[in-house]
Order: sequence, then C-alpha cells, then structure tokens
Amino acid sequence: MNWNTYTAHELLDFLKQGKVSAQEIFSSLSSAIKQQDKTIHAYVRTAETADILSDARIPIPISVKDNINIDGWETTCSSHILKNYVAPYDATVVRKLKAAGAPILGHTNMDEFAFGSSTETSCYGPTRNPWDISCVPGGSSGGSAAAVASDEAIWALGSDTGGSIRQPAAFCGVVGLKPTYGRVSRYGLIAFASSLDQIGPLTKDVTDSALLLNIISGHDPLDSTSADIAVPDYTAALVNDCKELTIGIPKEYFIEGISSDVKTAVAQAMNVLKAKGARFIDVSLPHTEYAVSTYYIIAPAEASSNLARFDGVRFGLRVQPAKPRKAAIVDMYEETRNQGFGREAKRRVMLGTYALSSGYYDAYYLRGQKVRTLIRQDFDRVFENCDAILTPTTPTSAFKIGEKLNDPVSMYLSDIFTISANLSGIPAISIPCGISQNGLPIGLQLSAKPFAEEILFRIAYTYEQNTGWHKKRPSLKT
Amino acid sequence: MSILTQKDFETVIGLEVHLQFSTQTKIFCGCENVFGRQPNTCVCPVCLGLPGTLPVLNKAALDSAIKTALALNCRVNSYIKFDRKNYYYPDLPKGYQISQFDFPIGHQGHLDIAVNGATKRIRIHRAHIEEDAGKLIHDSEEGCSLVDYNRTGTPLMEIVTEPDLRSPQEAYDYLTALKLALQYLEVSDCDMEKGSLRCDANISIRPKGETKLGTKAELKNMNSFKAVKAALEFEEERQFRILVSGGTIVQETRLWNEDKQATYTMRSKEDAHDYRYFPEPDLVPFIVEAAEIEQIRLRLPENPQAKCSRLQKDFGLSDYDATIIVQDQYLADFFEACAKHSTKTKKIANWIIGPLLKELNDRKCSVKDLSLKPEQFVILIEKVENGDVSNLVGKDVLMSLLQDDTQTVDGMISAQGLSQVSDDSFLEAIAEQTLSEHANVVQQIKNGNEGAI
Repeated sequence: MNWNTYTAHELLDFLKQGKVSAQEIFSSLSSAIKQQDKTIHAYVRTAETADILSDARIPIPISVKDNINIDGWETTCSSHILKNYVAPYDATVVRKLKAAGAPILGHTNMDEFAFGSSTETSCYGPTRNPWDISCVPGGSSGGSAAAVASDEAIWALGSDTGGSIRQPAAFCGVVGLKPTYGRVSRYGLIAFASSLDQIGPLTKDVTDSALLLNIISGHDPLDSTSADIAVPDYTAALVNDCKELTIGIPKEYFIEGISSDVKTAVAQAMNVLKAKGARFIDVSLPHTEYAVSTYYIIAPAEASSNLARFDGVRFGLRVQPAKPRKAAIVDMYEETRNQGFGREAKRRVMLGTYALSSGYYDAYYLRGQKVRTLIRQDFDRVFENCDAILTPTTPTSAFKIGEKLNDPVSMYLSDIFTISANLSGIPAISIPCGISQNGLPIGLQLSAKPFAEEILFRIAYTYEQNTGWHKKRPSLKT
Repeated sequence: MSILTQKDFETVIGLEVHLQFSTQTKIFCGCENVFGRQPNTCVCPVCLGLPGTLPVLNKAALDSAIKTALALNCRVNSYIKFDRKNYYYPDLPKGYQISQFDFPIGHQGHLDIAVNGATKRIRIHRAHIEEDAGKLIHDSEEGCSLVDYNRTGTPLMEIVTEPDLRSPQEAYDYLTALKLALQYLEVSDCDMEKGSLRCDANISIRPKGETKLGTKAELKNMNSFKAVKAALEFEEERQFRILVSGGTIVQETRLWNEDKQATYTMRSKEDAHDYRYFPEPDLVPFIVEAAEIEQIRLRLPENPQAKCSRLQKDFGLSDYDATIIVQDQYLADFFEACAKHSTKTKKIANWIIGPLLKELNDRKCSVKDLSLKPEQFVILIEKVENGDVSNLVGKDVLMSLLQDDTQTVDGMISAQGLSQVSDDSFLEAIAEQTLSEHANVVQQIKNGNEGAI
C-alpha cells in the first residue's frame, strides 16, 4: 500500500482502525524515497530505521529541514562548513515531536544556511520540483516542500525567514505555514536572522498543518523570544465557513510582474471565499515597496553575526593554508570560511558586515529597523479593519533551475510578497490555489495579526473544503 | 627655554574594571559558575556557542548588576537591553560577546576616595553587564594554544571611570576603595589571582593647564593593583620622555610585562576592531520595575565609608582603628556584635585589631569562617581587663575558643585552673612549699650558680 500518499490525520485514523501499523507507514516512505529521491533530491540524509514506541500518540514520521538539530545526527544547514558536524542535542521542536512519538524520517535539503529561494545553493546540490524536475522547488525549505509534494514525506518542518516555508510550499503545491514570531521555539534551529526566523509546518493539507502546529508550538524557557501565550487546539479552528470574516486585499501586492495565471487563481479564490461568507475590502500597506530592501539590510546583518561562530575552532570544517600569510589563527579563519561557505553565504556575510560597520550603521541597519517599524504599523492599522489579508504567495509559479542563480536581485524579488510577514512578525500561510498553464502549482497567501493562526486555519480550511487543489499531486516520471 | 620636567605635566588616568559575579550559574545558561575545575567540564551547548543555541538571562546576574550599579551611586537604566559586540578570537565561541552598548545598567555614578586627607570624587562613566570569554592556554612545548571554555559565560560587570584619576597612586587608591565597596556587596569574591577582578587602564599626559586630553595608551595584562600602579608609572615616564624629546604619542594598546616591569605594544589604533555593535535579537529588551530597583536599593548593605564614620561616631573608635576594622566587613560586623555586650569598645577594637586579626591572617581566613561567639570574646576581654586572667593567658584562651567553639571562657578558665590569683597568703604558701621541695636548687643558687633552675 502507498501509505506515504496519505495525510497524517488520515493515517492517524487508519492507525486507530488498525488498518496500518506505524512501521508500515515508515517503510512505505522509505521505499518512496529509495525510488524517487535520486531524481528529486529532497533529502540530505534519512533514518534507516524508526524508533516507534507502542504507546506513541502520533507515530507519523516527520522530515525536518537540515538546519534543525537532531541529537546524534549530522546537522549541516546544507553547508560544507558544517559537514560531519554531529549535533549533541535536540532542537525543542524535535524534542516535542519525539515526545509525541513521531519518528524522524530525515533531514531535508535547503539553500545553504537558508540563504536562497531555490534550494540551489545547497552544498549537496539542488532539489528538483516534483511537478517539473527542470524547475526549482523554491527555497530555502525546498527539500521539505518537495518531499511532501512527492509523497516522500507525510509532513515536514521548514524554517521561514523571508518566505522560506511559504514560497516553496506555493511552488510545490503544498500547505506551508509561517507561525507568528515567538509561537514556536527557535532553540535548536541554526539561526539565519534571529529576529525573523520561525519554524513551521509543510503539509499536504490544512488539517495536518493545524495538527503539527499543535505539537510544536508553545513557550520554551530556552528561547527568550518565544511567547508565553497559551496554545489553543488549532484543529478546533477548522470550520468550513467564513461568515463574519473580513479579508483585506492590499493594492500594493497586485503589481506588474504578477503572472496572469496567478492573478486569475487569486481572483477565483476570492469568489470561493465570498460564497462561504467572507467580506472583502481594499486595504493599503503603503510601505510594502521598501520591504525587500529593508529585509536585505536586517537579515544579512544578523546573519553576518550568527555565522561568525563557524570559524574552524571548535567544530565543522577547519582548513589551515599550506603557506602562511598572516598570523596562523587568522589564516585558519580565512581559509576555513573561504572554503566552507558558498558564494551566496559569502555575499550575505559581506552585505551584513557592511551594514553594521562603523560609519554605516545609522544609514543602513538603524534606518532598516525604522522602516521595519513602519511596515509593522501598516499591518497593525490594516488589522483594525480586517481579520486577514489575502495575496498571492509569489508573483509567478516555479522558475527553472539555473534561471536566477546568477541574478541575486531577481532571486531576492521572488520573496516580495512573503518578506513583510517576517519583518512584522505576523503569521502567514500559503495554500495551493491553482495550476498554471505550464502545469505548476500556484499559492495563495493569507496573513493575520500576531497569534491569530486560528483565523488563517479557518479561512484556509474553508477554501480547501470547497476546492480540490490540495489533492492535486504531481505525476512523477522517474 | 627652561627644561621641562615631569612636574610640568599632568597625568590623566581612567580605569576599566571587570568584575566577575559569583552567581551559582552562568549568565546565559545553567552551567555551574565555578573557578578551578578541569578544563572544559563546566560547559554546555549554550556557552560553547554550538549552532542553534540561544541565551537566557540569569536573573541573579541582573540583580547583582543592579546592586553593584546602585552601590556605585549610578543611575540605573530600567530598560534592560543587550547588544552583540562582534570580533573573532578563539576564546569567544560565538564570534560575538553579548554585552551592553547604548543602555548600560548603570551610568553617571561615582566613588569617593581619600587623596592627601581630602575626599576626591571619581566619577563612574558607566557600568554594564556582559559575558566573560574563555581562557587561552599557550603550550609552548607543543607549540599550540588550548582553550578552556569553563569561564565562558561567567557574568561580568565592566565598570568604567571618567578620566578623573591624576596619578598612579590615585588609581591604586581607587582600586582599593572599589574592591572594598564591592566586597561589601557580596556579589563577587574580587580575587585578582582568580581573575574575578581585572583592570585595564587608559593613560595620557598633558602639559599642566592644558584642558584637551593627550593621546592615550590602553594598558592591559596587569595582574594586581601593584602591577596597575607600576604599569601606569612606567607609562607616565615613557610618555613624558617621548613628549620632551619632541616625539608624538601613538594611540595604542600596550601589554604590561610583569617580569620586565615594562609595557610593550600589542596593537595600534589602526588595528583596532570595529565591533559592529547591534541589538542582540535573541534577548528581548524588558523593563525592570522601579519598585524592584528600589527593593534592591533598600537591601544594599552599608558601604565601608559610611560604616567607618559610624564606628567612630557611635563607638568612639579612632579613625585608624575604624579604618582597619572596616577593611573586612565581617570583622566590622563582629565588632558591632561585640559592642552589644560591652561598652569597652576601644578594648574590643584593640583585641580585634591585635590578636584576632593576627590569628585570622595566620590562618588566611575570615572571622565569618570561624564560629567565635561575640559574647564569649567580650567576656574574655573583660576578664583580662579585670585582672582575672593575665594578658598572656587571655590570648591562650582565645586560641582555645577558636579551636573549640563549644567551650565557654569561664568553663575553660576553671577547668584548666588558669585564673589569675591575687591572694598574698595563698601565693606565699605555694612559694614556701616550692622552695622546700627544691632545697638543693636553692642551695646551688645561693652558691652563685644562677643557672641552676
């Protein structure tokens, strides 16, 4: 049986009914990976066997992005500099998953240190989009999205700093949620930009997203930025109607450069929700145009500091050049980082170092923080009048492998609709809402005010119940 | 033109003191905060800066910091914010130090010191908290460096003065006064040998009357207050020689070499780091309620200067006696406890400064480590004063009391028959008996052999 093609909530029912064992689910996933992953390359490492406890509450295998620490596993952020680094502890989300009984299936591929929107900057090579293997799966959580889309995973965790869960979810036709900043503990997530990073679920449907968020959220005493706010049962929010919900349409998001397929799909989605009782209003987020540039100041600035620990002293790669140039220690730092980091990582470290440098701090980092406040205030104002905002997740569907790799600005712009949610800390979800003319999935993004994930789940669930896009799967020719 | 001498110049000194707090655990993780363990045994993923770890502020370290800032008469920032100071060094696991940049816990404080009999106020520019780095151990035999991360994450307070000190001696006096004030707070063991108190110094000289500061040198690697003073004296002289010979002083960091008693260039201003400070995103800024700060202020112990004046005023001690007694707060506490049992405070002070302090110094311990009971100590002093026992016997009894705190003075004197006896007839009888028992010795002495006893 192809147990791997089901959702987690379906499998939980089957388990309860005794139709399947946890071990069988794990095995069907393992064989799917064996069969397809040569082509897709969603995984960078997988578990040979599963530790399944007989009394496990949720024994559904889960795949996690390669920047989330698993005790005893190599955890590398798909970077050469961390190759052979074995994590000595579990990330809080992994600890919670293990406590719920979910066996870890594997580490999924990603852009190196999550720097990218295509999963092409991985030191292990790119992941391919299951819908069209000449296309990227999006990124940086491209491995997680492709694994779920190709039924090589039931569900997966990604991390989202500027769209890294939602954009690949849109490109691969799965559900991707970036929770509110502080909803999910970041302890054990190897930091890219600490004030923007958030772990979240990539799933086959909205129900699984709610189920997985139930498991991973909550206050963590090990993460000072995690919120001490009670976690509701998110599955209780899965209601099939949008009565009395007001959804805002920000005019700044419907710009030139959006493909007609995306425009059409979003318009149709509005009609579906209208029919289920949603009221739509036009809203304005006037500082949207500064989001990408603000992000590319703040995120690299934090990254430049977060990546300083990869210096060859205590773990990971260490290279001492044969010919001494400066002091031995400086030579070691320079050569280790030179060989250990890829081009995009170096670019971001340099950008960030520059933005924080004496004499430039005020003009870049400080100003960036001020604009960030303005962007956040835009959302505060808009959410006074509506419950959620509806936009496309991305301006276009997935692009070709190699198409944008040498054009960083065009690559950065593929996150134009997702970045604001990270800058403002609000939750946002991407759900499948159509297929483009060239056969690639299109994503619909919903965002809400901080800690209003329940509203996102309700709208997304209603949409899903009244359409069938989430059930579409790529037909893999392997 | 007259020849310039050192007297024509004024020395300007500012000090940076790093104080380790002796909290139970480290500042951002749960590791034990102890000195002297096997290298790299008091470490965890957080203080090793392993990928994915996050800091969580230790509330006890914050309390110590607020307490210290208040004791140094600082204004306390209720807005608690941390920043990252970025630089590469093998003893700094994350490649940045979590410190405070624009909102130090304390600022605009001061500490008074005595200079030539007058009080001089040394302004404190700022006092902020940060995490300590690890320790590099250079193994010259193996030709490599080893890193011990046990110290990484020890809570540290950096206390920076304004450039108010005018001589190496003043710097020494400031450090002495600061250490004493800090010891009273019981936030640190203030032990320079263990590195729990460290001092860097900034020094420049300028012609007398000049208001602009000269080019400074920063001095590091002084391991005692004496070394701070010696390094400053060396540097004062070095800078003077450069200026009188028409040279210019280069802004630089210099290392003190204890063996050679000299400073050497470590790095010039051009090599100075750009620390790229920015707000630490892993720690959310928060407000400490004014009431909480007030609570800490109310619980502050009396400072040594206030205690010194009060001991003179309330107990009639001399300035000299009071100054010695307040050098150790536990000794001062002990004195006050004794003074509750007797009005002979001058005698108590003498006994404390004399035999007791000598004994404490011999044992290298504090009175708080002994269970000497103040009332027994006072009884003993009164017995000696009344002539019940001799001074010599009194000191012996004191030793015995220190050996065995279950004994009382009375018990010990009667059990050992140590009472001083003043009854003439009783004493005459004993003398007669002794003489008759040793008649041959008496005879020998009478014969002129005075060494017979």
